[in-house]
Amino acid sequence: MAEKVLLKGNEVMAEAAVQAGCRFFAGYPITPQNEVPEYFSRRLPQVGGVFVQAESEVAAINMVFGAAAAGARAMTSSSSPGVSLKQEGISYIAAAELPCVIANMQRGGPGLGNIRAAQGDYFQSVKGGGHGDYKLIVLAPASLQELYTLTMNAFDWADYYRMPVMILGDGILAQIAEPVELAPYKPILEIASKDYILNGCKGRPSRVVKTLVLDPADGLIAHNEHLQRKYRRIAEEVNLCEEYQTSGAELIVTAYGIPGRIAKAAVRQARKDGLPVGMIRPITLWPFPDAAFAKVIKTARQLLVVEMSHGQMLEDVKLASQCALPTEFLGKGGGWYPTEEIIREKIDSMLNVSGRARK
Amino acid sequence: MTTLKRSTILKDQVTHYCPGCGHGIAHRLVAEVIEELDIREKVIGTAPVGCAVLLYNYIDCDIIECAHGRPPAVATGIKRVRPDNIVFTYQGDGDLAAIGTAETIHAANRGENITVIFINNAIYGMTGGQMAPTTMLGMASTTTPEGRGKHGEGPPLKVCELLSSLQAVSYLERVAVSTPKDVLSAKRAIKKAFQKQIDGKGFSLVEVLSMCPTDWKVSPEKAVAFVNDEMKKVFPLGVYKDAK
Amino acid sequence: MGKIRFDVHRCKGCGLCVIFCPQKNLRMSAELNEHGHPYAQENEPGHCNGCGLCFRMCPDAAIEVDQHRRKTQTQE
Repeated sequence: MAEKVLLKGNEVMAEAAVQAGCRFFAGYPITPQNEVPEYFSRRLPQVGGVFVQAESEVAAINMVFGAAAAGARAMTSSSSPGVSLKQEGISYIAAAELPCVIANMQRGGPGLGNIRAAQGDYFQSVKGGGHGDYKLIVLAPASLQELYTLTMNAFDWADYYRMPVMILGDGILAQIAEPVELAPYKPILEIASKDYILNGCKGRPSRVVKTLVLDPADGLIAHNEHLQRKYRRIAEEVNLCEEYQTSGAELIVTAYGIPGRIAKAAVRQARKDGLPVGMIRPITLWPFPDAAFAKVIKTARQLLVVEMSHGQMLEDVKLASQCALPTEFLGKGGGWYPTEEIIREKIDSMLNVSGRARK
Repeated sequence: MTTLKRSTILKDQVTHYCPGCGHGIAHRLVAEVIEELDIREKVIGTAPVGCAVLLYNYIDCDIIECAHGRPPAVATGIKRVRPDNIVFTYQGDGDLAAIGTAETIHAANRGENITVIFINNAIYGMTGGQMAPTTMLGMASTTTPEGRGKHGEGPPLKVCELLSSLQAVSYLERVAVSTPKDVLSAKRAIKKAFQKQIDGKGFSLVEVLSMCPTDWKVSPEKAVAFVNDEMKKVFPLGVYKDAK
Repeated sequence: MGKIRFDVHRCKGCGLCVIFCPQKNLRMSAELNEHGHPYAQENEPGHCNGCGLCFRMCPDAAIEVDQHRRKTQTQE
C-alpha cells in the first residue's frame, strides 16, 4: 500500500486526472474549486501537459472540445454558475461523441447564490443541462479516496463510451483535506485507439468532427437513436452504489456525495442502537442505480431521501422505487447541510422512536 | 503553358452558396494556399456557425465544426495539444465579432499560434439578413429596416483596428474579394498569415470584405460595387499589424 | 493567347467573370444548367487572352484557363 498524503479534495481530483493521463486542462476561477486550476497550472507542465486559464467557462469547455478532438485526455472544472455557462459546450461534445471530464463542485444557487456547499445542480447534471437529448455519466464521490479513484475511472469511461463524464461534488468535498492513498492509475477498461481524432490527414482521408446533421433527412433521428442505444448500454454496464445495512432494514436512507457520508454515520449509529435502518448511496447518479431500489422495495417499508437541495434526486428515487413505499424528504438548498443528529431525528420520527429513548 | 485550375484541396462538390457569394472565392483562396504551402496533411480547420458551416464539404482537410463564436477557443485546444499541426479558423462577422468577441480577443491576446480567416460581409447571411456587428451605419437589414443607427445600434465594429492594439498579435490585414486585384492581394495575405503560423509567430488574422448579394438584395454586379464603393470606405484595406 | 473551359454544372450564373473579362468575351447562356442556372460561355471561342481574371473572380471554381503567355497580373 502506497503512503497516504494529506490533500484537499480539489487537489486530489487534479492529481488523479494527471495520473490518469489528463494532459489538457482549461478552466476559469470560481470558488470553491480554485485549487483545481491552480494545481493543474503547476502540475501539467511537469508532465508535458497544457494548462490554459480561459477567458470564460464558455471558452474553457470549447478549448476542451478542441483538445478532445485532437486526441488528448482533457478536463475542465467549475462550480455551479460556471457549469451553467459550460452547458452549451457540453451539448456539443456529447453530440460529437468526444471524451472529456467535467467537474462541478457545487455551490449554493440559484443565481450567484453563495459559496457554501449545495446539491442544487442534480437535475442539470443528470437530466442533460444543455439542449438536446443527451446524457453524461455522473459520478458522486463521498470521500477523497473515492474522488481519487472515480476521477481516474472517469477518463476511462469517457474514452470508452466517447462521451463527457461529470464528477458532481460539492464545496465540502472540494475543500476538505483527508489522507489519500495516491495509487498508480490502472485502466478499468480497454480503450480502443482513437480513430476519430483530428491530427492532420496524413496517410488517410480527411476527417470531420461535427454536430450538424442535415443529411439524410432522417440523419439526426438516426444519430439520436444511436446515442440512446449507447446510453441504454451504459445503463447496463455502469451502475454503482453503496448499499449499507439494507438487509432487514425497514427504513432505507438514501443520499449522494457528502450527505451520503453523513447519512452513513447516522445509519451506523442507529443500527448500533437497534433500529432497522439501512442506506443506499448512489455513486453513479446517471445511470441511476435503479436495481438497488427495486430490490429494497420488496423488503423495506419506508424511504428517506436526504439532499442539500429541495429534492431533486428525490424524483429519481421515486421512479426507481416505483413509488412503492412512503418516501420522505430531508433537505434544503442554499448552503444547508445535514448533520448526523438531524438525520437521526428524522429516522427516529419515521420509525416512531422517541428521541428520549435513544442512548 | 500554365493552367489556372481548381485546387486539389477543394472537394468535388457544388457549393450551397448563392450566386456571387464571396465565400466561394475565399474558400478557393484558402484551398490554394494550403496546396501551395503543401500543408494539407498538417492542417486542422474549424467550421463556423453561419453560411460557411459546411466548410468541410468543400475543403479537403481535417475540420471540426464549432458552436457559434467558439472557434478561437476550440482552435486553442487543438493547437495547444498539437503544436505541430497548422490550425485555422474560418469565421463570419456574427461568429467572430458578436457572439464570439471574447473568444476572438482573448485568443488574439494570448498570441495563440493560429490563423483566422474572417469573412466580413456586413450582414447575417444564413439567418436571412439581420444586422451584423459590421453592418454599416445607415445600412438596412431585416432587424434595422430603417438603417443601422449610430445611437441605437452603434457604429460597426472594426475588427482589424480593434485587434491592432494587442501586443501578442503577429499579423492583421484587411483585404477584399471584389476585384481580381483584390483577390490576388487576399491570397497573398492569407498565405502570409499561414506562414506566420508556420514560423511560430503567433496569432494572425485576415479580414476579407465579401459580397452577400442575396441578403443585400442586389445583383452580384451591384454587390461587388457595394464592397468597392461603400465597404472599403468604412473598412479600409491594408496591413494593420505585421510584427517582426 | 489562352483557352478557357467552363465546368457548366458548377456555374451559378453570378456573372462576375462576365463583368471582369477585359476582352468582354464572356456572356451568360440563354439555356439553364442542371441546377437551373444560366452559365458562363464565350462570345467568340478563341478570343480568350488567358489573363485569368475570370478564374480569380469565380466563386464556384468553375473555370479553368490555359495561359499560353505568362502575363504578370495573373501569376504570383
